[in-house]
Amino acid sequence: MEYLLIIISAIFVNNILLSQFLGVCPFLGVSNKLSTATGMSGAVCFVITLATLVTYLINKYLLVAFGLEFLQTIAFILVIAALVQMVEIVLKKVSPSLYAALGIFLPLITTNCAVLGVAINVVTKEFTFGLPSHMLSLTEAVVYAFATSVGYGVAMIIFSGIREHLAMNDVPKAFKGVPIALVSAGILALAFMGFSGLVK
Amino acid sequence: MSKLQLFTKGILKENPTFVLLLGMCPTLATTTSAINGLSMGLATLFVLVLSNMAISAIAPYVPDKVHIPVYIVVIATFVTVLQFMMQAFVPGIYATLGLFIPLIVVNCIVLGRAEAFANKNGIIDSALDGLGIGVGFTCSLTVLGIVREILGGGSVFGWKFISGDGMLAFVMAPGAFLCLGYLMVLFNKIAKK
Amino acid sequence: MALCLFAVCFFCSAILAGVYALTAEPIAKTNAAILAASINQVLPEGGELSEAKTVDVEGNVYEYYVSTKDGKPFGYAVKSTTVGFGGPLVLMVGLTADGIIYGTSVLSHSETPGLGAKCTSDEAFMTQWMNFNPVEKKLAVRKDGGDVDAITASTITSRAYTLAVANAVKVYETIKTEEE
Repeated sequence: MEYLLIIISAIFVNNILLSQFLGVCPFLGVSNKLSTATGMSGAVCFVITLATLVTYLINKYLLVAFGLEFLQTIAFILVIAALVQMVEIVLKKVSPSLYAALGIFLPLITTNCAVLGVAINVVTKEFTFGLPSHMLSLTEAVVYAFATSVGYGVAMIIFSGIREHLAMNDVPKAFKGVPIALVSAGILALAFMGFSGLVK
Repeated sequence: MSKLQLFTKGILKENPTFVLLLGMCPTLATTTSAINGLSMGLATLFVLVLSNMAISAIAPYVPDKVHIPVYIVVIATFVTVLQFMMQAFVPGIYATLGLFIPLIVVNCIVLGRAEAFANKNGIIDSALDGLGIGVGFTCSLTVLGIVREILGGGSVFGWKFISGDGMLAFVMAPGAFLCLGYLMVLFNKIAKK
Repeated sequence: MALCLFAVCFFCSAILAGVYALTAEPIAKTNAAILAASINQVLPEGGELSEAKTVDVEGNVYEYYVSTKDGKPFGYAVKSTTVGFGGPLVLMVGLTADGIIYGTSVLSHSETPGLGAKCTSDEAFMTQWMNFNPVEKKLAVRKDGGDVDAITASTITSRAYTLAVANAVKVYETIKTEEE
């Protein structure tokens, strides 16, 4: 039950893109076409889940255990950068087809603030999900990270669909490109606000 | 390019928010009020100037293959320093901006300037470039914050001139996207004349 | 190459360790000042504050502070957390030695701006907690048959707030029975 709440909350209620504003740069950058948006979402999903798992363990068993919390930001970003590199190398060897699909997006992900944002949030913030507020356990953290990245994908794919339609329409000159995309994102965020309060 | 131009180009011609479209996450998330936007801009300015200077100083000695990780480590160091300072001296602002202070590390503006400018220019030029881009970013964030605060709460910098609540949607997530979209239209209209 | 990366990491960690050591004390002081301010806000003036203590009530652990005057307990400040509309709602609730609520303050919340977030600004809602006697009045919003006026259009937040205060009263009762 609790995991269900985490999933609904992370995908709809607190959508990472539309209500927390994490990872907006690639959201605007690669959402022109549905196919690239799907590729990016897949890569982000993979990296966020893996990065959260690794940073959670590093934080608990290295940084906190030795009183090195002040290295948190540095350690996390290095882990994420290394992880992205590793995923790239492994993927190239193991599944060239998947690498071909996700490959070009992988290097971009290091500077996607959604990855670092989720990793930091998970170890510093208290969450509720229908229980008294508490720090997340490892399983909860991984489920939360996965669900959050699915939410990222959902928003990304819906939005790229909208933008594909926009591209064919006659938009006033000053609105062309990013401005009209931002306005439509605003309306989409308005729609997602309808979910607020669904999960406490 | 003269020293003055180095500084001023970041404010209008290469404005990070409206022209280069960089650093969108903090732009949207922290501009719920004028003062929040201003503080976020200044925090980024601090990191930008220092990291630009440090990177321009070490760039000749860093092997090409590891330059990105090295830059990121340098930026992360300054961000963490800023984090401690804010916790100690302005805890209120730190609590409001929260997650977005550590996230300056992955702000594309900072790494972007390191890659595009600081690693091939002198320390003073890099500092001026960082200052210009930082001031440009701060201005955009403050303007967006002012607009959202007026529409959403009927006040500017906490000074209330309309009683009542205002249109709350503008303080919340959708308003961020809408306001930025329309400001960009306005900027395009004015800048391209 | 690897050596260069390692050297940079080492150097940066050293700088951070230094800055951390320098700022640790101001940060601790600032946090202590914030905590003390939130406690003083909800307790009558003149008492001397104890260190943080913890108590277990119905399986939940609460943090509380005792203020003493002339060797007698003078007031209790209880940190109480419930779940509001948007996430955790953390309150500091002050009670006098005879169990009357002296004041409440919000330590952190994630309620909707302009609606639930009014629990930190709505005059009528905030002032009703001053000298609220939980023995005479019922700690529940009017909709649920109690004596607490809810914030307009924010029943869930008001319920969460009221529950946090009610929990703090329970904590007070537990402390009292333990003292006797």
